[in-house]
Amino acid sequence: MSALSALGSATAPRPAGDTARAVGGRKITPFLLLLPGVAWLILFFIIPMVQLFTVSLQSNFPGYPGYYYRDVNFGNYWRAWTEFAPHFGRSLLFAGIATFLAFLLAYPLAYAMAFKAGRWRNVMIIAVIAPFFTSFILRTVAWRQILADNGFIASTLNRANLLPGGHITETWVAVVAGLTYNFLPFMVLPIYASLERADARVIEAGGDLYANGFTTFRTVTLPMSMPGVLAGTLLTFIPAAGDYVNAELLGSDKSTKMVGNVIESQFFRVLDGFPTAAALSFTLMAIILALVFVYVRKFGTEDLL
Amino acid sequence: MSTTTTSSGVPVHTIGTATRVRYWLADRFAMISAVLVLLYLFLPVAYTFVFSFNNYTKSNIAWNPEGSPTLKHWLNPCGPPGICTALGNSIKIGLLATIIATVIGTMLAFALVRHRFRGRAAGNMLVFVPMATPEIVLGASLLTIFVQGFSKVGLQLGFWTILIAHVMFCVSFVVVTVKARLQSMDPRLEEAAMDLYADGSTTFRRVTFPLVLPGILSAAMLSFSLSFDDFIITNFVSGDTNTFPKFVYVSYLRGIPAQANVIGFSLFLIAVLLVVGAQVIGSIRAKA
Repeated sequence: MSALSALGSATAPRPAGDTARAVGGRKITPFLLLLPGVAWLILFFIIPMVQLFTVSLQSNFPGYPGYYYRDVNFGNYWRAWTEFAPHFGRSLLFAGIATFLAFLLAYPLAYAMAFKAGRWRNVMIIAVIAPFFTSFILRTVAWRQILADNGFIASTLNRANLLPGGHITETWVAVVAGLTYNFLPFMVLPIYASLERADARVIEAGGDLYANGFTTFRTVTLPMSMPGVLAGTLLTFIPAAGDYVNAELLGSDKSTKMVGNVIESQFFRVLDGFPTAAALSFTLMAIILALVFVYVRKFGTEDLL
Repeated sequence: MSTTTTSSGVPVHTIGTATRVRYWLADRFAMISAVLVLLYLFLPVAYTFVFSFNNYTKSNIAWNPEGSPTLKHWLNPCGPPGICTALGNSIKIGLLATIIATVIGTMLAFALVRHRFRGRAAGNMLVFVPMATPEIVLGASLLTIFVQGFSKVGLQLGFWTILIAHVMFCVSFVVVTVKARLQSMDPRLEEAAMDLYADGSTTFRRVTFPLVLPGILSAAMLSFSLSFDDFIITNFVSGDTNTFPKFVYVSYLRGIPAQANVIGFSLFLIAVLLVVGAQVIGSIRAKA
C-alpha cells in the first residue's frame, strides 16, 4: 500500500497492538535497548524476591533470638495463614470496597476530563496529580482531623443520631474512606487515558442511534473505556490491599488492622519476626497475583499492557 | 428527531426539546460531579493550608484556641531541624529516579513494541509483575537483599538504596505509559518519512521521537510524582535517611510541625501554577 495516499484519509485505522517493525533495526538493537531495564529489574526485583522467599522458609536458632538458619520450614506459612487470616480478609475486603467507591467517583471526573474540559483539560490533569506533592501522609493526617469526633462531619452526624458508634475515626469506615481517597488518582488517570483515546464521534453516533444517555453510556462509552477501568481497578486495588498507613493513621488498635500492618510490625517491631513477615508477604503476593490473573482473564479482552 | 435540509443542501439533524434537556443535564452532570470530586481531592490540601497559619507547635492536632493566625511558619519554613534536608533528599531522589527510570523505561518500551525477539512475552511479564506487587512486599524484599546481600559489597541503607528502589518501581509505569503512546501511533507517518528518503536515524529523530515525546513527558511526570510521594518502600530501605513523607510520618506522634504544612501546600501550589502558567502562555501564543 502506498503510505502517501493513505495519509490523505482522515480516519486512520488503529494500528495493531504489536507493530513489530525494526526501524533501521539490526538483530542486536532490541537487546541493547532491553539490557539496562531488564538488568535493573532482575537485580532489584527478581533477586530480592528470591531472597525474600528463602527468608520465608528460614527457622530461628533456638536460644539465639534474631538469628536464622537456612531451612525449608513451611511452618512460617502455616503460622502466617492461621494467625493472621482475619487481617488478610480485611485487606481484601477494604481494598475491594475502596476500589468500587473509587471507580464511582473517578468515572465522572475522567469522563469530564476527556470530553467536557476543553482547554481546561491539562489543568484538570494536574489537579488530579498535584495532591501527591502535598504528601499522602500529610493528607491522611488531615483526614484524621477532618473526620475526628469534634470535627464538622462527625459532630453533625452525631447530632442527627446517624452515627451508630459515635465515631468515624478508629473504625473501618475511616480506613476505607482513606484508602478510597488516597488511591483515587490511580483510578482516574487510566480511565481518562482510555476515554481520551476513544473516538468521540463513536459516542455521538451511539447517542444518535439510541438517543438515550444511559443506554449510550452502557453500550458504547463504558465498553470503550474498559481497558482503562481494568487498569484503574488493578492500580487501586493492589496498593490498597498492601497498604498499612491508612489503617495505622485512621483505624483502631486491633479491629481494623490489615496485612500490611502485620508485615510492617513483624519486620520492624517483633524480634524473630523476619520469616513470618516474609511468609506473610509471599502469601499476600500470591493471593493478589491469583486474583489479578483471574480478573484479567475474565474482563481483559485485549493485551493489558 | 427530524432531518431538515439547509440551503446548501446539507442535511442537519435537529434534536427534540426533551432530548435537548436531557443532553443538557447529562452534560452538566459529568462536569458538576467532576468538580465535586476535585473538591473532595482538595479538601485535605485545604486543611494543610489552613493549619499552616496555626499559632501552635502541634499544628495538625488542634487549632490553638488563644493564638491568632500567624505567618511565622511561612517566614521560616526550614525551622524544624531536618525538615529541609528531608525535602532536599526527596527532590534529589525524585529527579534522579525520574531521569534514570524514564531513559531505561523508554528503551524497554521501544524494544517491546518495535522488535520481535525471543522472550518478548517474558519481558512484558517482567515489567507487569512489579506493578502487581504491593509496595510493602517490594519494600520487604529490597530490605532483605540490601541487608543480607548488597551491604556486604558496601551498599548501606540510605540515599542510594532509596534511589535504586524508586527507579525499580517507576520503570514499569514508564514502560506502560510510553508503550501506550507507541501503540496508538500511526505507523504510516514513519513509512511516509521513509518513502521520502529519510534514513532510519533521521526518521527516528524527526518523526518517531517527536510523536512519542508527549508520552515520555507524562511518564516522567508520573515517575516524579510517584517517587516524591512514596512512603512505604522508602520506609523499608532508607535506614537513617529522611525523605519528606518519612519526616512527616516519623514526626506524627510528637506532632507534625506547621512548617510541613507550609512546604506541602507550597509544592502543591507550585505544581498547579506551573501547568496553569504553561497553559496560559500556550493560549496567548496561539492567539498571537
